Amino acid sequence: MNDVAPRFALWHHGRVVAREELVDAIAGFALFADLTDPQLTAIVHIFEEAFYAEGERVLRQGLTGSGFHIILDGEAAIVVDGQERARLARGDFFGEVSVILGESPIADVVATRPLRCLVLPGPRVEPFLVAHPRVMYRMLQTQARRLRAANRWRS
Amino acid sequence: MAELSRPFPPGEYPVVVVGSGPGALQVSYSLGRLGVNHAVISADPSAGGMFRRWPFFQRLLSWTKPHAPVARGTRAYERYDWNSLLGETPETRAIQPELMDGSSYFPSRPEMEANLVAFADRAGVAIRYDCRWTATRLEDGPTGQRFVLETTDGPYTCTALVVAVGVAEPRTPPGLGMDLTTHYADVRPVETYAGKRVFIIGKQNSGFELASGLLPWARQLVLASPSPARLSVDTRSLVGIRARYVQPFEDHVLGGGVSVLDAAIDRVERAVDGTFLVRLRRTDGGADMAIEADEVIAATGFVTPLVDLPALGVATFGASGLPAQTPWWESASLPGVFFAGTIGQGAKGLQKHGIPANSGAVHGARYNARVLAGYLARTRFGIGPERPRVAPGDVSRFLATELAEGPELFHQRGYLARVLTADPAGGLRDDGVQPLAEILDVGGPDALVATLEADGSGAIYPVVYSRVGGQVVERAIEPDPLLRFDTTDTRLAIEDLARRIGKG
Repeated sequence: MNDVAPRFALWHHGRVVAREELVDAIAGFALFADLTDPQLTAIVHIFEEAFYAEGERVLRQGLTGSGFHIILDGEAAIVVDGQERARLARGDFFGEVSVILGESPIADVVATRPLRCLVLPGPRVEPFLVAHPRVMYRMLQTQARRLRAANRWRS
Repeated sequence: MAELSRPFPPGEYPVVVVGSGPGALQVSYSLGRLGVNHAVISADPSAGGMFRRWPFFQRLLSWTKPHAPVARGTRAYERYDWNSLLGETPETRAIQPELMDGSSYFPSRPEMEANLVAFADRAGVAIRYDCRWTATRLEDGPTGQRFVLETTDGPYTCTALVVAVGVAEPRTPPGLGMDLTTHYADVRPVETYAGKRVFIIGKQNSGFELASGLLPWARQLVLASPSPARLSVDTRSLVGIRARYVQPFEDHVLGGGVSVLDAAIDRVERAVDGTFLVRLRRTDGGADMAIEADEVIAATGFVTPLVDLPALGVATFGASGLPAQTPWWESASLPGVFFAGTIGQGAKGLQKHGIPANSGAVHGARYNARVLAGYLARTRFGIGPERPRVAPGDVSRFLATELAEGPELFHQRGYLARVLTADPAGGLRDDGVQPLAEILDVGGPDALVATLEADGSGAIYPVVYSRVGGQVVERAIEPDPLLRFDTTDTRLAIEDLARRIGKG
């Protein structure tokens, strides 16, 4: 479903994309691939929806109190000490590592285009993952892939 | 005659404020004190905004303590009075406690309305009532783009528009049969629900407020929404159902006849006898259900009545259609459009630890409005505030006192902050209260910043930031169990960070 641009346009120039429509949006995300329709509905009500303007910081390197973010629309950059390291797009998630470790993020995440995310505040991440083990397993898969990629790169 | 006495006839004004609730009253008052010429128009016949009508059960969620640890009318008293607007003269300060009858520390709706009307009267806030904003367009003016507001009285032209019309347009989400439901805004007098089976869609404060009021009347009460109900005493913040409305929840867990369900509404059907069947898909893993009811009420919230601003380019987000905003409450996508009152919660700030600002309530929005007025005066009219010098030996005392007594920092935790800026000539200057996100995310001169924060554990504690050469350092102070914010630890942290300023 390659409809990022039209979806974005609808949201930006039109009115609200109803929360009900978010269920369709997140149904295709790998993180939620194992959930039933009612469970997806619950997810979009458990998370907050947040908007970030182009150039706005989403995570702040070195500052406490961040949260777990899943990108619905738009694009963001991972920036460490002012240097861009990677880009994130629809379906990608970030912020979970610092929340799980109880530490401040080691990078900024900055919206490079208007960005819409689902957000779960730090203190709610552990209870959420424990209550949704299939989501935790999918998150672990993603982390395992990242770890393997990092190890390959080193060797 | 009446027409002659109405203020602000259609025409050209530097700033137009739309609304007559707490947000509009505060921003107009503060603009007036700064000498910024502006017009205020409102579709309503009198001051008060949403409090002319709601809450439905006629009592507020936000308290005012007539008797507090500090003297009424002082700045520190604002911490205990969540409902008065911010005046700068004795007769315009702490109006709410004067008007309460002592039966509750939550003012009744009429007491709150009287408080707002009294503020408008005593402070001389002029408003053109019964003047409805109907459409907006952009046109090129002599000094750049300007807004033309079409109203029922004629067109208004301005270069800065402040929209303070509340988040008050009833919203019923789409869904099969949802058009059969009654919205919170259209609930009938409570006695007409006597002996009825009432199904409430929504488990936020408005749903629980209705359920609380219906406890003595309804035969059966069911509340349903997809995610579990959260209580403010559990979240240790203003997130969740407030303690005032927890009674239906207790009734539910004690088996008194109220049911609180985690379920999505599949569809609402109407039988030939006029009763309803609500089909539910459980989100807690349970089997699907169908529940019979005599009444179905949608406590599904409100959206922001922005007229045609979205079509002009004002980006909105979320279920309430809030406009996306900069830290200074300006539309993130259409410069020149500003927001005051409860709409200002679209400028979300950092939301550290998931704790939102109190911008959706009067005790937060009143400070946002005052800061916004100062920002408009400074950036658009060259009316700068005094920036008193703070002597090097006085910095820690000054900031510690602000932390202990500054109501802006207390009510807008992690959102508004006291800012001392390095003076190129040496030393620090008091740059007043500003949005914390602006300080941390937008570069600027070296600065020392103090705010209060909360992390959802129940603690409230000072956090001091330094910004030196664009690098921000954060220093959180260990929480004090008696909520003293000017402890020795606080002063030492301020002094430590202050030493870095000017060395960068």
